[in-house]
Amino acid sequence: MRDASRSAISIENVQHSYVLRGGKEIIALQNISLDIQAEEFHALLGPSGCGKSTLLYLIGGFIPLQEGSIRTRSGEVTGPGLERGIVFQNFALFPWMTVKQNILYGLRKANFPRKEAEDRAREFIQLVHLTGFEDAFPSQLSGGMQQRAAIARTLAVDPEILLMDEPFGALDAQTRRIMQEELRAIQQRTKKTVVFVTHDVQEAVLLADRITIMSPRPGRISHLIEVGLERQSVEDMLAQPEFTAKSEHIWRLVKDMAESAMRGPA
Amino acid sequence: MNTILRYSPLLLLLLAWEAITRFGLVSRQVLPDLATIGGAWLQLIAGGELAWHLAMSMARAFGGLALAILIGVPAGLIMAVSKPFRLALNPLVQMIYPIPKSALVPLMMIWLGLGSSSKVVLIFIGCLLPVIVSAYNGAKSVNPFLLWSAASLGASRRESLVEVLLPAAMPSVLTGIRTALGFAFILMVTSEFVIAKDGIGYLIAFLGDGGVYPSMFAAIFTVAAIGFFVDRAYSMLSGRLLRWTVT
Ligand SMILES: Nc1ncnc2c1ncn2[C@@H]1O[C@H](COP(=O)(O)OP(=O)(O)OP(=O)(O)O)[C@@H](O)[C@H]1O
Ligand SMILES: [Mg+2]
Repeated sequence: MRDASRSAISIENVQHSYVLRGGKEIIALQNISLDIQAEEFHALLGPSGCGKSTLLYLIGGFIPLQEGSIRTRSGEVTGPGLERGIVFQNFALFPWMTVKQNILYGLRKANFPRKEAEDRAREFIQLVHLTGFEDAFPSQLSGGMQQRAAIARTLAVDPEILLMDEPFGALDAQTRRIMQEELRAIQQRTKKTVVFVTHDVQEAVLLADRITIMSPRPGRISHLIEVGLERQSVEDMLAQPEFTAKSEHIWRLVKDMAESAMRGPA
Repeated sequence: MNTILRYSPLLLLLLAWEAITRFGLVSRQVLPDLATIGGAWLQLIAGGELAWHLAMSMARAFGGLALAILIGVPAGLIMAVSKPFRLALNPLVQMIYPIPKSALVPLMMIWLGLGSSSKVVLIFIGCLLPVIVSAYNGAKSVNPFLLWSAASLGASRRESLVEVLLPAAMPSVLTGIRTALGFAFILMVTSEFVIAKDGIGYLIAFLGDGGVYPSMFAAIFTVAAIGFFVDRAYSMLSGRLLRWTVT
């Protein structure tokens, strides 16, 4: 089943704990092993606090690995890298830069010539429907708009691997649907590997090729599910009985797990 | 209209001043009336001395402040990101912090002479601390996700110091510089009082010693007014620089 040559991210025996101020240790991730294939759209699904963001930060190289290993095609992950782009849960736009300046920042770092960078920035601003807000500062935008700007900033530099932490969490239902369509189209066109954190079951089923369901305290992988639905337009997918059945099935898994977690650690 | 209302306490103070002198509550020798002070002021301006002394003072104040910003901002930022650097500088900061900087005036005179350098260095030392501390605090409170974003977009550590840490710390730095600006004026006048051959502090002390009170008051009012306008201009400038912050 495992095919190392197709593997874009291989995570082996990763363990992570945070030490609180009082010296208390919280095990955020335990025994995580996962192979994410190249060009795969992989969703990390699970209730709040199960370590989804922590796992994403480790893949991104933002926090040091404590135990285990994470490899991409560029080698062992030891820090942030241009081949791994990230959209953070809290957007993390540079507040002193306008939307356009935020997007240009990455493009300048990637040595795009000035003219090309400008064109590309415009293109991605249009993609996330922010035309007209190029010169607005993040503080002047709604949460959803900031999130879209952050997505544009990351997409514009064209990373091989896209790490996304609940990127559509702050969007209204319609915009969310549009962005989901958009993201799927981009992923299919550019063949990116996507690791997508969400706690929306429908969204995971709609977008992902495979779904890793995580359980909290300590954060572990509880199920790895092959979605196996035919890729169609979002509307057609939603109308499919297989889609509904799959969502129901996964929803039950997540619910059982969340309930047992709420009853406290075994 | 609003402006008049805002500064009405100042107007009241001037009125009270005028009343006190008119009714002779205090000797006119010690507290001249405003018209006399105005006349003395015009004379000081016409003689060109006021401009000359002011220019000397401003050069010292802004020279010392500029040095403090040039050195203090990078020092504070680096202290926030480098533990060895922080450990090395912390004792120095803690030692200088509680010293009343004006107590260093005689020392600076002995070491650096009676000219401008002793004043500039004193102002520099006085301004350095608020600048370092504000840059350090500003950089410490930066949202780590901003640094992570910069790193994932390809910024080196050194680049993110200038491109992320500095702008993120800017609101705090600008507040620190405002404090430092006040210190610069105080130390400028204080050090020129003690020993100098020029500068507005020297002029005030000289006129005071000579008993030329109307001119002395004119000189005092002039520094006060300049201090006020510099602070206003500074506030406007910071407002522009911080346009991006939530209003
Ligand atoms: N910086 C930190 N210091 C201490 N504990 C932390 C820190 N970050 C996360 N944790 C803890 O680690 C666990 C996992 O957190 P994480 O943010 O990865 O969860 P998550 O699945 O992303 O949750 P959510 O869906 O709410 O974003 C939680 O119990 C959390 O309290
Ligand atoms: Mg999270």
